[in-house]
Amino acid sequence: MSTEARDTAPTETPEDRYLAVQRSPEFAQLRKALRGFVFPMTVAFFVWYALYVILSAYARDFMSIRIGDSHINVALIFGLLQFVTTFLIAWLYARYASRRVDPLADKIHEELGEVPSADGPRG
Amino acid sequence: MPTVLAAEATSSTARTLTIILFLVFVAVTLAITVWASRQTKTATDFYAGGRSFSGFQNGMAIGGDYMSAASFLGIAGIIALNGYDGFLYSIGFLVAWLVALLLVAELLRNSGRYTMADVLAFRMRQKPVRTAAAVSTITVSIFYLLAQMVGAGALVALLLGIKPGTTFMGMDAGAAKIATIVLVGALMIIYVTIGGMKGTTYVQIVKAFLLMTGALVMTILVLSVFKFNLSSLLGDAAQSSGKGEAFLEPGLRYGVEVANNATQTFYNKMDLLSLGIALVLGTAGLPHILIRFYTVPTARAARKSVLWAIGIIGTFYLFTLALGFGAAALVGSEAITAQDKAGNTAAPQLAQELGRRFLGGETGGATLLAIIAAVAFATILAVVAGLTLASSSSLAHDFYANVVKDGKASERQEVNVARISALAIGAIAILLSIFAQNLNVAFLVALAFAVAASGNLPAILYSLFWKRFNTSGATWAIYGGLISAVVLVFFSPVVSGSATAMFSKSDWQWFPLNNPGLISIPFGFFCGWLGTIISKERDDAKYAELEVRSLTGSGAH
Repeated sequence: MSTEARDTAPTETPEDRYLAVQRSPEFAQLRKALRGFVFPMTVAFFVWYALYVILSAYARDFMSIRIGDSHINVALIFGLLQFVTTFLIAWLYARYASRRVDPLADKIHEELGEVPSADGPRG
Repeated sequence: MPTVLAAEATSSTARTLTIILFLVFVAVTLAITVWASRQTKTATDFYAGGRSFSGFQNGMAIGGDYMSAASFLGIAGIIALNGYDGFLYSIGFLVAWLVALLLVAELLRNSGRYTMADVLAFRMRQKPVRTAAAVSTITVSIFYLLAQMVGAGALVALLLGIKPGTTFMGMDAGAAKIATIVLVGALMIIYVTIGGMKGTTYVQIVKAFLLMTGALVMTILVLSVFKFNLSSLLGDAAQSSGKGEAFLEPGLRYGVEVANNATQTFYNKMDLLSLGIALVLGTAGLPHILIRFYTVPTARAARKSVLWAIGIIGTFYLFTLALGFGAAALVGSEAITAQDKAGNTAAPQLAQELGRRFLGGETGGATLLAIIAAVAFATILAVVAGLTLASSSSLAHDFYANVVKDGKASERQEVNVARISALAIGAIAILLSIFAQNLNVAFLVALAFAVAASGNLPAILYSLFWKRFNTSGATWAIYGGLISAVVLVFFSPVVSGSATAMFSKSDWQWFPLNNPGLISIPFGFFCGWLGTIISKERDDAKYAELEVRSLTGSGAH
């Protein structure tokens, strides 16, 4: 964030402040840190889930292969793996967010302070 | 006829016990509601529980809000009768939470205040967007509400053991159903109007605890019958289903392969894909789930609550696997369908069987049945309260305060309108449920999910991530998704032109799939894009404010 923006704070409108922050390299870094994780991860879990649904529809022979001589088959394992990956992605995201995203967000929030909304309280 | 007498004695013991336990739950939750009402002073208290809940508490409440009768009774029933295919619901309902966790929860918490529309209308013209959001919120919530209340009505006759021709406290099965719907409706109105979000949240926390405990105990008992050998549970389930190994594989209910009919087989498989996509994308667009993120103080607490919710809900769906296959193995599909064709009583029947085995005799069976039946009623109550709250909040905050009153209503006026709305929506839901008793519950839930995924989700994602998005795009996305989902369902085999349709004797069906998601979700996203680019409106400064606030938490309420 540019220090000039803060020095001229009394005369500038909240709109300018938000635009200045949005254009700052720190904010670009924050946006990149968040999107760099959540977008690829969303694509990954969606493709993985879609694969499961498509296999359930079109690869019945594969899904019905039994593991050894038990009644547990590929379909069940595949389904349970969806649980495993969901838990895993949730855990990875929590770890990533608290290490990489939160510190950047806190820093910008601190520098920015509480800016009143451009046209009074929203919502 | 000693067995018949014994069975009747059982049903009367179970019935009395169910009623007592249910009354205990009602008494406890009403006490909490009255206590919560004393803590409810501001609009933030009423709409968002004063943002005072911890991540864990809200995670439990999300579980209580999300794990509906459709999850508990419905999924266990589908697995018990159709085997593996019921598992698809569990997986879709769980994976869906990643959309909420990664893309929606924290950003929504940072930029909104009370309702879903707060985020959608943030940088738009308030009136058109809030009106659209209120229409969609109320539509989704009412469909979902009807499903729960119709389900409650259907269940009560079965759980209280009122068979055709017999009466209970002077009521036959039809009268008992209506009495249940009115009772459930009246309780949810009381929870919401008196307790607001605080009262509702505690009801949901208590219910989540009861449901998790009940399902855990049943799962352990089922597994112990099979000496904790999953394979032998599955083997017995497959054998007693009469369908062999096919019972453990996909394809008995969804994506059914019809011999010598390639077209129908193709449609069935498309329908499976459509259901799959609607399940995974619907959750993050359900208004009653979204407003739960406002009950915690920060975005980080919202993240924590989703993490807890994923853990709780995921564990619960693993339990349903054991309950469904356990019911297939220990109760058997014949006994289940004799009680309820759709299999909705599989879980309570399993409880009765487990009670017989572990607690001893018919009394044991009656005891466990009564406990699980009471838990099922608690489940329904907590979910309908959440839905009533979501729709009345939207009606009061979005429509009354921001459209009718131009944002100039006082907090007190707004909350009063919210309370009156809850009463009105509750009354309408009771009336509709009485007339809609023959509607298929699964159809109502599928419709709610399809509308949420087709209308709400595109609008939310574009709002949060697309700079160019504008008023026209938001209204197009919501109405486009909403209307396409409803129209496609209206012309689907669910409504007419099939043996299981709502109007099985008429035929105006031309859309081949039961679930509209495959078409209506992409259509909703397309409408949002098209509506945006044909309008010149663009407010970069407002997007800067939304983006900075949603990512940093600056200016969050």
